Amino acid sequence: MTIDWKNYDPGEFYDELISTPGYARAPARNLTAWLRSLSYEELQARKVDAELAIIDKGVTFTVYSDGENIDRAWPFDIIPRVMPIREWRVIEAGLKQRLQALNLFIDDLYHDRKIIRDRVIPKSLIEKSRGFRKECIGINPAHGVWANICGSDLVRDCDGTVYVLEDNLRVPSGVSYMIENREVTKRVLPELFENNNILPVDDYPEQLLDMLQSIAPGRRKQPEVVVLTPGIYNSAYFEHAFLARSMGAELVEGSDLVVDKDDYVFMKTIQGLARVDVIYRRIDDLYLDPEAFLPDSELGVPGLMRAWRKGNVALANAPGCGVADDKVVYSYVPDIIRYYLGEDALLPNVPTYRCNDKKQREYVMANLETMVVKPANESGGYGMLVGPQSSATEREAFKRLISKDPRNYIGQPALKLSTAPTLCDQTLEPRHLDLRPFILQGKDIHVTAGGLTRVAMNKGSLVVNSSQGGGSKDTWVVDNEG
Amino acid sequence: MLSRVAGRIYWMARYIERAENTARLVNTYHFLLLDLPRSTRISWDILPVITGCYALFSERYQRHDERNTVKFLLADDSNPGSLLNSIASARENCRTSREVLPGQAWEQINELLLYANAHVGDALPRRGRFNFLTEVIHRCQQMTGLLAGTMSHDHSYDFVRIGRNLERADMTTRVVDIGAMSMQNTDDSGSIDVHVWTSMLRALSAYQMYRKDMQPGVHCVDVVSYLLQNDYQPRSVAHCLDQIEESLGDLPLHKETLKPVRDTRHRVDRIKPEKLDAVKLHQEVDRLQAGISAIHNRISKTWFA
Repeated sequence: MTIDWKNYDPGEFYDELISTPGYARAPARNLTAWLRSLSYEELQARKVDAELAIIDKGVTFTVYSDGENIDRAWPFDIIPRVMPIREWRVIEAGLKQRLQALNLFIDDLYHDRKIIRDRVIPKSLIEKSRGFRKECIGINPAHGVWANICGSDLVRDCDGTVYVLEDNLRVPSGVSYMIENREVTKRVLPELFENNNILPVDDYPEQLLDMLQSIAPGRRKQPEVVVLTPGIYNSAYFEHAFLARSMGAELVEGSDLVVDKDDYVFMKTIQGLARVDVIYRRIDDLYLDPEAFLPDSELGVPGLMRAWRKGNVALANAPGCGVADDKVVYSYVPDIIRYYLGEDALLPNVPTYRCNDKKQREYVMANLETMVVKPANESGGYGMLVGPQSSATEREAFKRLISKDPRNYIGQPALKLSTAPTLCDQTLEPRHLDLRPFILQGKDIHVTAGGLTRVAMNKGSLVVNSSQGGGSKDTWVVDNEG
Repeated sequence: MLSRVAGRIYWMARYIERAENTARLVNTYHFLLLDLPRSTRISWDILPVITGCYALFSERYQRHDERNTVKFLLADDSNPGSLLNSIASARENCRTSREVLPGQAWEQINELLLYANAHVGDALPRRGRFNFLTEVIHRCQQMTGLLAGTMSHDHSYDFVRIGRNLERADMTTRVVDIGAMSMQNTDDSGSIDVHVWTSMLRALSAYQMYRKDMQPGVHCVDVVSYLLQNDYQPRSVAHCLDQIEESLGDLPLHKETLKPVRDTRHRVDRIKPEKLDAVKLHQEVDRLQAGISAIHNRISKTWFA
């Protein structure tokens, strides 16, 4: 038996590959035609190949369960998600615009606060932000850039519009899986790379290293770049090791670093102490330096903030950049872009209602059933209410939570996330997905070609997190026009 | 190379070697006791004494019989030097330095721990003991071979070699010590002497090589000399120290670390086995162990601090 695309029906949702049953979108036609030439047995065999490749390469993520950390094989669907290059160029420009504006915004908040004086953004918003660090006021990171690495989550609604759902500016993860997904696809579907012009993604470590070297203080010819990890128990440890290895940088833990009396940072090596210029840190702000933040943190490095403030070491991302990674600040991003760049946002936000505004709060409260309510400072899908799938009791509980702390909540209409064909037990079925591209800003700005597509493997589910039944797909930006 | 990573690799190598040696020790002792007449006062609790954990053993167990001793040495959670704990520590050190080790190393050590956890119970009764211990020894040797055959022989491998040889030298001194103590505990030294020292050679897989190299037969004096001073026997203290000295020479900042190695090596050379009785032999072994410990402290201070 082979695939009959007429039987594949995404229903009311926008499908990334199929426009109406039987018809593929232009950039996906090579792919769907080739898939049609395969039997299901052949497809399943390729799936097994992919699973073996993932185990061989040791691509894992760590979950915490029953008091133990378990390395699980990375869940992967072999059918790629395809985007046309023309659409991608718009998204890419939109993401660059967004990160540039956000960095100007953060820099302004820690200096003159013009945007508050001009009443574009209320002062109270910043003072109550959990990501704001008074320790960072007046600091000047290289090129005025605070968030050097950003992972923005994009979703597509049923009319085809791509929205930015959130910007992850603290320690976004997932980029190593984007690279591994492509590697695996090349192994198991090599035929497809002949007839399609697919933009490569494996230059990311090189781009990351360039960016990190571009923010090094001083004029050392070969700045020493290291990756700072909380250690093997962190769920993203695989990625920390992957990035360090592919950049040729040391993977260090807090205890490997010391700050001397002149506020320079060194790592302890068998040759003795070696100067460190740039730290790509994968540890949250509050654990970075027990002298400056949580005194009992054992993950950090005492004195690191002193060294950073003196300009003796660069930290990426800069401490305090999380102030812009806040769902309420998010709702102002179109205004922020207009204020600093004098441009309209190229990529729309999902319409967002702020609960600290009385009128907007009343609207959210009255329409909970059709909305998604999110706390301002959480990530990973915690503490959310998904209206259409909620019970009356849950909605009552959220009403109380919102009234108690309106600043901490926003409401958004529940989107109808787009789908793509995914290999299930018997057939290809539509499954919902999102997309996380990664943007790097130092001296220059760079966006990955595509990003990490995460897919909810369970039928009807909108949850794409790998710890909760989410999988992933290779993402192709194809240039078949030239 | 990061100091932390160097330290973890060194300890991984030591723990692999320690696991192998503990298995050898229990295996050999098992066979030695089967050979000796019932009247000898050589008993199982020499092993906790030799491995330096007699106090803990006495605290944990009232009856110092075979079953308790074997359980303590192989499977006891509270004994940091037990076979299972050594394998678990080797695995943990491997796990936390995976980025510099070949991927297969991690898989093998992981499988070794799974195997040991699942089968250690078989080794408590005499019947299954030999099979279990032999399997553990083989798997440890496989690991040593894997590292030798697949790791870059750069600084990280120097630390593997240093860790392995230091642990090996340490165990050889302990085996000689068992010999010395067994002699103290027997009235008739003649025939038992042969059994004891043959067993000690077997514990180190050195019996056949000894026979090949030393014509006269198995005598205390010759065996002690062979195990401590022979340049070619890979488990002799002298050979291990030479290997350590060679590896140290490749490392940066190694100058200070050579002294305790050379001091210990000179001490080995000066030993005259023919002039030692059991008590003096034991004292000599003690001094060598102090030397080994000084080498470790110096290495640790130089690179891991």
